[in-house]
Amino acid sequence: MNYFPEEVLEHVFDFLTSDRDRNAVSLVCQSWYRVFIGNCYAISAERLIARFPRVRSLTLKGKPHFADFNLVPHDWGGFVYPWIETMAKSGLNLEELRLKRMVVSDDSLELLSRSFVNFKSLVLVSCEGFTTDGLAAIASNCRFLRELDLQENEVEDRRGQWLSCFPDSCTSLVSLNFACLKGEVNLVALERLVTRCCNLRSLRLNHAVPLDTLQKILVQAPHLVDLGIGSYVHDPDSETYHKLKSAIQKCTSVRSLSGFLEVAPRCLAAIYQICLNLTSLNLSYAAGIHGTELIKLIRHCGRLQRLWILDCIGDKGLGVVASTCKELQELRVFPSDLYGVGHAAVTEEGLVAISAGCPKLNSLLYFCHQMTNAALITVAKNCPNFTRFRLCTLNPTKPDPVTMQPLDDGFGAIVQSCKGLRRLSLTGLLTDQVFLYIGMYAEQLEMLSVAFAGDSDEGMLYVLNGCKKLKKLEIRDSPFGNVALLTDVGKYETMRSLWMSSCEVTLEGCKTVAKLMPRLNVEIINESEQVEVEASPDDRQKVEKMYLYRTLVGPRRDAPDFVWTL
Amino acid sequence: MAKEGLGLEITELRLGLPGGGAEKNEKKRVFSNIAGDGNISTAGDHKKERKSQVVGWPPVCSYRKKNSVNGLESTKMYVKVSMDGAPFLRKIDLNTHKGYSDLAVALEKLFDCFGIGEALKDADSSEYVPIYEDKDGDWMLAGDVPWEMFSESCKRLRIMKRSDAKGIGLHAKSSIKGTLKDG
Repeated sequence: MNYFPEEVLEHVFDFLTSDRDRNAVSLVCQSWYRVFIGNCYAISAERLIARFPRVRSLTLKGKPHFADFNLVPHDWGGFVYPWIETMAKSGLNLEELRLKRMVVSDDSLELLSRSFVNFKSLVLVSCEGFTTDGLAAIASNCRFLRELDLQENEVEDRRGQWLSCFPDSCTSLVSLNFACLKGEVNLVALERLVTRCCNLRSLRLNHAVPLDTLQKILVQAPHLVDLGIGSYVHDPDSETYHKLKSAIQKCTSVRSLSGFLEVAPRCLAAIYQICLNLTSLNLSYAAGIHGTELIKLIRHCGRLQRLWILDCIGDKGLGVVASTCKELQELRVFPSDLYGVGHAAVTEEGLVAISAGCPKLNSLLYFCHQMTNAALITVAKNCPNFTRFRLCTLNPTKPDPVTMQPLDDGFGAIVQSCKGLRRLSLTGLLTDQVFLYIGMYAEQLEMLSVAFAGDSDEGMLYVLNGCKKLKKLEIRDSPFGNVALLTDVGKYETMRSLWMSSCEVTLEGCKTVAKLMPRLNVEIINESEQVEVEASPDDRQKVEKMYLYRTLVGPRRDAPDFVWTL
Repeated sequence: MAKEGLGLEITELRLGLPGGGAEKNEKKRVFSNIAGDGNISTAGDHKKERKSQVVGWPPVCSYRKKNSVNGLESTKMYVKVSMDGAPFLRKIDLNTHKGYSDLAVALEKLFDCFGIGEALKDADSSEYVPIYEDKDGDWMLAGDVPWEMFSESCKRLRIMKRSDAKGIGLHAKSSIKGTLKDG
């Protein structure tokens, strides 16, 4: 029986809603050109190509989500090289590659750049393993490159000549994002590149691009739709600043603004004009913009649909957002004080204000010092359209500070009200009760993130039994054990993956899953330095980190020593 | 409890689990036990607090953590690096390196010579010796102390030719200061 797991087909057919229809169609139709693979170890490159020989656009995701928070060791896996190698050998006409949380070596980039004549678009999100030498290969060899988009990658910088590698004949760039690069870039090369790429619509600069270069670039590219400003430091009385102001005024198409990695806030007035038309604003790396300057800026952004901001905006600032940004759909509030030195940031008040002022809100990521049930209940009432709701109290087991109760009822209200909820992250003091609510009401839930929550196996069981559409479940530091893990092992084949770390599951429990479910890879990550664990691991020992996922291709062959596939 | 196959195994596993309600409350307190209770007082004790954080908390992705400019955190630590025989000095930012091996790689690139890595790994065999001037003005052999301690106290670096250190006797991994006394 030859079927493809959902993650391969998910995004191929938007208009076919029934999975059985999609699966059926894929058996007869091989002309899919855009394929999405949510877990690179669920399938092999060979099988993918055999099934979809005309693939032109591939999206691959590697490490589990908790790798973002350093819970997955560095060399766990997620290497893209074998994929590129196989696709190159098979003569595939690859045009687009989107990677998330994968290890990308310079060799892979080099091979990529040389193997696919029509290669047009490279998007790397939260990847690592490459340097600017790899980027130089892409720049030099991809003659029809339209998009090079680097988002939040760890890139080793080797002195910035990669930009000069775009040949004079390259005029096809539409999107260039190198904001995450640490080093200098060749400014003259940058200016010339922008000048000759008249279709450039998206440009995000890193901190090393000074203001006078920005000004020159904006003069050359007034049709930009998306702009990421690197450095915005200058003297408001200087000639450069005046030139910048007039250049900006001509950029009437900018709808998305980000960056301000270094900023002299008194000069923000120059961009107020752009703010009027903005639909997306990301100031989450702009620690230099705060207080009254920030509020002043926000007041100009009446058309905003997406806002990413730091929590130094405060509850009052969120009140201004609520009264100004009536079209707001997505809000992310990140913590600015990561080490808890004690600056008050945002609380439930800010969130309630937002919910009252922005009824279209459907996506939230909110780091706060505290949350109350009453606030969550109000938010649920005001905003029934949430599809993504992620709340993080900086102390993860903090109760409702007013009633000292767990936040079960608050989150219960959210899942009950927001019938379209697909993604949920919870924190705060939480008992099994919240999971009962989730199992009961969160019918569309696809991804759930749990930390320091619950009382017993019942909690996890409520979720596994109730959430029929669950695809990804990730749990840390919660008292769920073998009973929860083993009650319905068949469930895991309907999901993409399950992560459990610092829970109560034992080696024996994991081995049992592996034995019963041959189409799952059950990986144990064991970082302890005790070599004796190899010799005779005690089955009753608790497993520090377990990651299991469905796969068509059995245990992976690139697992490092500290990963055991049971 | 069902006795066939899986049911029996579950029963056995349940017996093996530490039992009861006591566990639940302990689990809930785990976070505060790990991270340290209550209010953190002195703002100056920045580094100490960092060590008491739970791994991966708050759940902010590591790229963002590294690139969050906290005002206090944005200081660059540029130090001069001289190498015997090289006509000019270089500067490096110690804050951008995670450890000695990382530093070794960077120094190798700066001076385009491959002895440096070995020098930092194994002081005995290499042609060069890496030393640094610390806050007290003393010249120390690099590699003895943990990276954080080194990067905080290092004011400048020198890649010294071993032959210049003749008579000082660097076979032991002790600091130059100690052996100078004898020699």
